[in-house]
Amino acid sequence: MREIATLDIWIVLIGLGVGSFGLRFVFLGLIGERPMPPWVLRHLRYTAVAVLPALVAPMVAWPPATGGTPDAPRLIAAFVTIAAGLATRNVLVAILSGASTLYLMLYLLG
Amino acid sequence: MAPETTKSTYWQGVRAGAPFILVLVPFAVLFGVVATEAGFTLIETFAYSALVVAGAAQFTAVQLLSEHAPTLIIVATSLAVNLRMAMYSASLTPHLGRAPLGKRALVAYLMVDQAYASAILEYEKHPEWSIPQKLAFYFGAVSPLFPLWLIFTIVGALVGHAIPPEFALDFAVPITFLAMIAPMLRTGAHVAAALVSIAVSLALAFVPYSLGLLVAGAAGMIVGAQVELMMEKRGAQA
Repeated sequence: MREIATLDIWIVLIGLGVGSFGLRFVFLGLIGERPMPPWVLRHLRYTAVAVLPALVAPMVAWPPATGGTPDAPRLIAAFVTIAAGLATRNVLVAILSGASTLYLMLYLLG
Repeated sequence: MAPETTKSTYWQGVRAGAPFILVLVPFAVLFGVVATEAGFTLIETFAYSALVVAGAAQFTAVQLLSEHAPTLIIVATSLAVNLRMAMYSASLTPHLGRAPLGKRALVAYLMVDQAYASAILEYEKHPEWSIPQKLAFYFGAVSPLFPLWLIFTIVGALVGHAIPPEFALDFAVPITFLAMIAPMLRTGAHVAAALVSIAVSLALAFVPYSLGLLVAGAAGMIVGAQVELMMEKRGAQA
């Protein structure tokens, strides 16, 4: 587990650093001020609400911290976070509601 | 544009970014802890945070490095986790595409979920903002975040071993992301996009190298766009 070659760490770092910047720069840098067609823009409006839930869903359903077993405190905390976010439209309120629910549930059920 | 206005959008950005400090700090600490436990030195841990600037991709890379996956696979998989940044980049282009190249490069380097989400939300609300005002908002949103990201990565690497698992730091990431998504669900099309993306992502969770994430994201975007078209048509008929 612990014996990772230093060379590997730096090769991955450089690949990831360059690649990561490339992904972020590709449209902003190359397209510049050329207008994009409406159908592209229509899809791009849904980028965040499509990609972020896909990223989070497995972490909520099968949290790595519990070895991938669905976990009541985490599910309830996720639900409360979404409900608070929908009700208040406020990110901070949603985060605080979710975090306090998580700790309360871990204390009660954990 | 009057300098006061640019200054005021900068501070609006700071106010939009500041709440994320609460979740970014545990996230940064967690990365410091995980990297150190995988055998990274302090400098290596710091370099990842400073040069990659992408929490989820960094975690993926550390995880795969400690599993001794082939280097090429590690880079490809971690970049796949970050592919959404290309979509963010595209979605910011109509707003920032005419900014000077150096500024666009800086926007790209500092692009994180929280900055993107805050910025795009505000740009859609204020189409009348000038490019300097939009840039000021963006840099405002990352100002409280980026320095703390670096500092708390180091803190995590230094104190990591002392944090007990009862703090459930693992769940800081899902809670932050959910808290960002919920206020964005403004229309039926947004809700449909999110639900489809969740369903596809869970159904494809067995697919290796996070490729299911990309399929789910694309499916969600297509569904969102189609529902929007349908709603427009229905609105036109009524």
